[in-house]
Amino acid sequence: MAELQFREAIRAAIDEEMQQDSTIFVMGEEVAEYDGAYKVTEGLLDKYGPKRMIDTPISELGFAGMGVGAAMNGLRPIVEFMTFNFAVLAADQILNHASKIRYMTGGQVKIPIVFRGPNASAGQLSATHSVSYDSMYAHFPGLKVIYTSEPEDAKGLLKSAIRDDNPVLFMESEQMYGLKGEVSDEEDFTIPIGKAKVKREGSDVTVVAHGKMYHVAKQAASQLEKEDVDIEILDPRTVKPLDIEAIVKSVKKTNRCVIVDEAHPFGGLAAEVGYLIQREAFDYLDAPVQRVTLPDTSAPFAKNLFDEWLPGANDVIEAVNTVTYRK
Amino acid sequence: MAIKVEMPKLSDTMEEGVIAKWNVEEGDNVESGDIIAEVETDKATMEVEVFDAGTILKILASEGDAVPLGQIMAVIGEEGEDISDILKEAESGSESTSGAGKEGTDQKEQEKETPEKEKDDDYDPVFEDSDQGQGKAPASKDTAGNGRIKASPLARRMAEEEGITLANVEGSGPQGRIIKRDIESYEPAEAPAAATVSREDKEVRVSQMRKTIARRLSESKFSNPHYYETISVDMQAVWDARKQINEVSDTKISFNDIVVKACAAALRKHPEINSSWHGDKIVQHGDVNIAVAVAVDEGLLTPVINNTDQKGLEQLQIETRELAEKARERKLQPEEMEGSTFTISNLGMFGIEEFTAIINPPNACILAVGAIKEIPVVEDGEVVPGKRMKMTLSSDHRIVDGAMAAQFLNTLRQMLENPLGIVL
Repeated sequence: MAELQFREAIRAAIDEEMQQDSTIFVMGEEVAEYDGAYKVTEGLLDKYGPKRMIDTPISELGFAGMGVGAAMNGLRPIVEFMTFNFAVLAADQILNHASKIRYMTGGQVKIPIVFRGPNASAGQLSATHSVSYDSMYAHFPGLKVIYTSEPEDAKGLLKSAIRDDNPVLFMESEQMYGLKGEVSDEEDFTIPIGKAKVKREGSDVTVVAHGKMYHVAKQAASQLEKEDVDIEILDPRTVKPLDIEAIVKSVKKTNRCVIVDEAHPFGGLAAEVGYLIQREAFDYLDAPVQRVTLPDTSAPFAKNLFDEWLPGANDVIEAVNTVTYRK
Repeated sequence: MAIKVEMPKLSDTMEEGVIAKWNVEEGDNVESGDIIAEVETDKATMEVEVFDAGTILKILASEGDAVPLGQIMAVIGEEGEDISDILKEAESGSESTSGAGKEGTDQKEQEKETPEKEKDDDYDPVFEDSDQGQGKAPASKDTAGNGRIKASPLARRMAEEEGITLANVEGSGPQGRIIKRDIESYEPAEAPAAATVSREDKEVRVSQMRKTIARRLSESKFSNPHYYETISVDMQAVWDARKQINEVSDTKISFNDIVVKACAAALRKHPEINSSWHGDKIVQHGDVNIAVAVAVDEGLLTPVINNTDQKGLEQLQIETRELAEKARERKLQPEEMEGSTFTISNLGMFGIEEFTAIINPPNACILAVGAIKEIPVVEDGEVVPGKRMKMTLSSDHRIVDGAMAAQFLNTLRQMLENPLGIVL
């Protein structure tokens, strides 16, 4: 096992795949000369040259479209967005083209493309730079969405994403790029898309948490442990396709579920998981499924309001208390 | 503008408050900080303070009423102000509006408890009339009285599997919802005629001690021809003597000590009882070594008091207590359990009146001692209160015949009824 930063794990995945497949190239703002806005692609320009490490103008719609075109013509682009908040400009390419071309051509044209970059909030960046987009993209057929919480998951799943013949949105977090974690040394280590992982075994409540929220759930777990409440944390890792089987298996064991999601509540992952649990595990539920999400309001700038807005460990504890009838 | 005075949350766990006392009447003027009422919560009686000045326009709950959290108790405003909207709200509030929405799933909402925030603005509203609602407010009348039993799906399934009728289970969840823990802790009030529950058998490991007990006592009961004789002893004299002895003794002499002492003396007079069967011969033991049965966690042990007849009551008491302690702590040495010539088993402390014991090999007899009972006895044609104790001697007929056993029991009885003789 090697201890890698999140950014190093992503870089390793890109590097390893680029070495094996010359059709893979990286495109985005500042990815080449500047080594990446968050230094994810550091050193790759020197290694692979300007034909495979391409700096683009500040024009998300333009380079996302170029990426889709390249994918249609047999290349395997990795398109970096400086954040998915900026990818909104490229939404037409992602939602109307990347996701639908394979379908509309009756399967004749594959779109092996990865759109990657940081997702959701990262401190006081205000309303337009703090949105979590994983649930939104997962809404659309034809897209796969991954939002990992730890370096090893990031490496294993990004490699799988690059190899996938369908468009994959691979989400990260500015706040997690420096996060260190053990990453498998196994040669050609990959994690299959669509497999959740139980990261903390527990008997009382299943807490479903991914991305940055996994770390919030972990904090809540250690506080709840002191009160003899033993939560099981399940990280879906892939938002779509969702590993509902693993979630249901865990809920059947604990009889209670809390979903922690850094998205707005309406129609998000939390809503979907809640629906699926009631359908698949109705007779195993001892309490209505609870969710901890952002409020139905945009991110505030002021620190005190922002802290209130973002789900924290206390919100998770309260939801756990509700499903265990401890209050 | 009129201000609503709502039942405040005065303790973490309160769901409603009972108006203990109103300090104001309608029409009274109040200042900010005035204590207008006293409310009994689940914890204590607390004071309700107002934060606004004005006139008490309306009091909406009487003393003794239980008011749910957040429900309007009173209205403060300017004299003559129109408060019909608030009164309407208060009326519907007593049905369902006030509690459920705010107490819902939504954590942020709970923390803020801003009464102005209407449920329409709630980003994750909980519908108040939903059966699935998390509201802690008392069930609204619409859903409470229609016979529908609220139970979590899991609780429903568990009840079905275990044959429990949900109607008999009290729900501890919100709005009386029956949840897993209610089914787990459910005990039927009386054995139901139809539904019986079968519980799993439990297997207990047979300890070494239990194996020994099983082997030795089966051997004894199946090969020694047992028979039993019971005698009743007037224990009044022992009762009185013990009292006197304990006034001067350093240790506290028990009834059992006196019985042991008397037995030892009686055995000295009846050596045929103090003997063992050896197939071609009977050995009458020179020493009187009485074993005392001691109950321990896993079974029983029989430590031996050697030369019982030569020891005084105090010494017997000390030795018996030490041996019993060692037995309970499993610290008895094998030699401390060997060499007995007679055994006494006393279940008097459990209130057992009389019982029969299995002979402890290689003894010829065992004495089973019951409790001292206060019973009516006839003395000189009068019914008077008396203290009686029953003793049953189990004897091995190969060694001891009925008349011999009877003589021994009579000697023992006489000694106990005249305890001065044994103290000598």
